[in-house]
Amino acid sequence: MLVLNNIEVVFDNVILVLKGISIEAKEGAITTILGANGAGKTTTLKGISGLLRPERGDVTRGSIEYNGERIDQLSAHETVKKGIVQVFEGRQVFEHLTAEENLIAGGHIVSTARMKENLEKVYEYFPRVYERREVQAGYLSGGEQQMLAIGRALMSDPKLVLFDEPSLGLAPMIIEEIFGIIKRLNKEENLTVLLVEQNATLALNIAEYGYVMENGSIVLEGSAEALRENADIKEFYLGISSGEKKSFRDVKHYRRRKRWLG
Amino acid sequence: MEWQFLFELSVNGLLTGMMYALIAVGFVLIYKSTDAINFAQGEFVMIAAIVVAGMATNYGFPLIAAIAVGLVFMIVFNLALERFVLRPMIGRPIVAIIMATIGLALVLQGAGPLVFGAGTKPLDIGVPDEPLIIGPLFMTPIDVVGAAISIAFLAVFGWFFMKSRKGVAMRAVADSHMTSIAMGINVERYFALAWILAGVVALLGGLVWGSAIGVDTQMAALGLKVFPVVILGGLDSIIGVVIGGLIIGLVEALAAGYVDPFVGGGTKDFTPYVLMILVLMFRPYGMFGKPIIERI
Repeated sequence: MLVLNNIEVVFDNVILVLKGISIEAKEGAITTILGANGAGKTTTLKGISGLLRPERGDVTRGSIEYNGERIDQLSAHETVKKGIVQVFEGRQVFEHLTAEENLIAGGHIVSTARMKENLEKVYEYFPRVYERREVQAGYLSGGEQQMLAIGRALMSDPKLVLFDEPSLGLAPMIIEEIFGIIKRLNKEENLTVLLVEQNATLALNIAEYGYVMENGSIVLEGSAEALRENADIKEFYLGISSGEKKSFRDVKHYRRRKRWLG
Repeated sequence: MEWQFLFELSVNGLLTGMMYALIAVGFVLIYKSTDAINFAQGEFVMIAAIVVAGMATNYGFPLIAAIAVGLVFMIVFNLALERFVLRPMIGRPIVAIIMATIGLALVLQGAGPLVFGAGTKPLDIGVPDEPLIIGPLFMTPIDVVGAAISIAFLAVFGWFFMKSRKGVAMRAVADSHMTSIAMGINVERYFALAWILAGVVALLGGLVWGSAIGVDTQMAALGLKVFPVVILGGLDSIIGVVIGGLIIGLVEALAAGYVDPFVGGGTKDFTPYVLMILVLMFRPYGMFGKPIIERI
């Protein structure tokens, strides 16, 4: 459904942030991109949704194809019309609008009738948002804001949703609830999901396929199952070690491995 | 008799206040959607009035035609302004936009008289000059008409902003440009809409104020004059601007009525600013502006 073909992203014409990324998000599947801070995950998502240009970034090489059509040069409001919507890191709700107005703004591109239907659907998925619909979004709790941000994204009838660290800054219980909802949306609404996460355990639990990014390159990829079993992933992302203390040399081994993979 | 004097001052002050609100709402429009303060709003009012009065007196256009020309001029002018001056600045520091509007203000102050001559022109929108006398109350008809136009426009405008989908989108744009873009909102189009509306409201203000005080470059000072109104009400609140306008109108009238006789006049001109400074000390975002939301 979505294919990133060896893309390069450059900011301000000089800063090379993505160095040849190839990723595929299959229709109806949950695909995850794992990686530490600064790996380029968010940049990848912004490249897809067309949000790089307002930040003076650009896809300079490679192509991004959505259902066989190139979308790397589209502006953000056009990609939304194509059915791709991004849920930002850190929620980014419209703080001074009420929860309901946030949703209305999210449904900006659909007809009024369709917007009302979608509103009902979102309230079904997120009863908590319904209870707090009259409250200014800035005063909602972090979990409620995340639900609102997801609901807002659903308002535009998307086929593909890009989630940017939905677990950021939330309590473990809320995170599980949010991930449960993402899984449900994937199953019930046949939503294709591209999920960027630092929380590898959770992401690999709901995803079918995963990529590991470091320093602007993909260093590992595979089915979620294979990644869960991968020794390096276990060690560095899942925090499961084989028991004895690791020495610095092993860490270096990993660095070496990364170098030739990337 | 004392209370009657007070009553009369108050009513006239409130009428003037409504007319201030009409000018002030132009600031709110731009600030709400683009986060910038348009320092040329007073000049917009001036240029709109100059165009209408100039067409009527210099070229003998009937009033309706002159107003139509003014309207088209303001829309085209503001669209061009948005497209060629302000859009390239999207994503740049807000202060760049503010400086651009200050430059624009100076250009307009020069350009208006250049085209239509510098003399004060009358602008007659068909409101009689004889004072309106209701019981013990003296009122200037243009003040009443001006206040009525303000109320009508602000009501329509308030509904648009708070209830319509476009209004919600516009407020979303004001809240965050990036997030709005990501929702499929064509931010540039909403900027253009905001500037067009600011032009239209400037035209209304120009008509009302032009017929009240005559049309010349002095009108641009209205922009500064309503600054206390905008600050008082909060830059982003329509209802705030109305209340701010009423308060400033009232304070001015009362200062002129009660303080001027003792100090020899002129208090009317600075009391609004004193009030503005006081408000800024206690509520930096105005009395009705959106406070910065901090979640703990």
